Amino acid sequence: MNLNQVDARGRSCPEPVLLTKKAVENCTGGVQVIVDNTTARDNVTRFGKNAGYQVSVEKSGSDFILTLTR
Amino acid sequence: MGGKKGIMITGAIAGILAVVLVKSGNAGNYGLCIACFIRDTVGALGLHRAAVVQYIRPEILGIVLGAFLMAFGAKEFNVRGGSSPFARFVLGFIVIVGALMFLGCPLRMILRLAGGDLNAIFGILGFVSGIGIGIVFLNKGFSLKRTYSLSSFEGYLFPAIALGLLVLLIVRPAFIFFSESGPGAAHAPVVLSLAAGLALGALAQRTRLCMVGGLRDLIMFKDWHLLSGFIAIFAAALAANLIAGTFKLGFEGQPIAHTDGLWNFLGMALAGWASVLLGGCPLRQLILAAEGNIDSAVTVMGMAAGAAFAHNFGLAASANGPTANGQVAVIIGFIAVFAVGYFNIDRSSDIKVKGDAKLES
Repeated sequence: MNLNQVDARGRSCPEPVLLTKKAVENCTGGVQVIVDNTTARDNVTRFGKNAGYQVSVEKSGSDFILTLTR
Repeated sequence: MGGKKGIMITGAIAGILAVVLVKSGNAGNYGLCIACFIRDTVGALGLHRAAVVQYIRPEILGIVLGAFLMAFGAKEFNVRGGSSPFARFVLGFIVIVGALMFLGCPLRMILRLAGGDLNAIFGILGFVSGIGIGIVFLNKGFSLKRTYSLSSFEGYLFPAIALGLLVLLIVRPAFIFFSESGPGAAHAPVVLSLAAGLALGALAQRTRLCMVGGLRDLIMFKDWHLLSGFIAIFAAALAANLIAGTFKLGFEGQPIAHTDGLWNFLGMALAGWASVLLGGCPLRQLILAAEGNIDSAVTVMGMAAGAAFAHNFGLAASANGPTANGQVAVIIGFIAVFAVGYFNIDRSSDIKVKGDAKLES
């Protein structure tokens, strides 16, 4: 499965969402986003759901890996 | 608490608490104002000598301590920093210069409108314009760069300072200044102010309530989530003011306000632009600082320095209107925010997205 990958660790609101938005615009498949704080996790999740994606969240150490798929 | 209901309840509670604080002693439409309360607190410490605005505001201390305890309990206390700290200090300084031109942070702007102060409309128009300009920079790749993990000790310092200030408020040593007249002398009982702050801090930490984020997310992503908190503050404070008899519609004679529409507009445009580059309004900066975000702690220090300078140099407006010094400072502020914005546009931002990385599914 080909996914656009976005590393938004260390980025504060709203950058993770902006990076995710750019990534979904650039690809027709899904996007995987790595974030390192709960605010970014929640914001990217909300953005993904509002944009019609299914969002799954997986905790990886202190990071969160979000996968947005249609 | 993560959903829309949570943020709307938080906003409604904030709006009601603000009116309760006014009825209990705070000055008119002055139930909650992060910019003004930081200004009052630095005045109490003698960092400026405007005798009418000196009081260690328990609401601010409560917000910090409430957010800290909530973040700690929810395992969201996460110490990080290093994202252009000095640019953030400067932006924090500028936010306060703009807010003290208008006479209120974005939170008080809404509370002023909910109290019938129509001058706030110019502030809101300016605020939306400033956020709009900031969004242009965000869309062009503006970034204050990433944060890094820091030691826990670093994160405990900010709430520890809030606790220290609370001790000073209770002990009232001779070197702390307390206004004998004016807005600084008008305050609710300490316990009530502190409790209101603790509740607001805890709730705002859970729901990420943010005035700047609300408008930004609506404009950028058509996302109403954060703005719904903003609207709830207005609706609840409006209802509470009508019930409490503190609603007074008009431009003239509003509490701690002036009627210069242009400078109300420009002050909040500056505050909005600088805040959107910072990623959050003054309330949100306090909450983030309490959660261990050292960049926000530095921003709050910038706001404190800005408040001290604003009164030492006669930049803050008053009921008589803006000062010439304040007008010059706001113009310099626009130039400085433009510079911070322009020189932090990441012109290689497109390469951040790694296309078609192979991942196992």
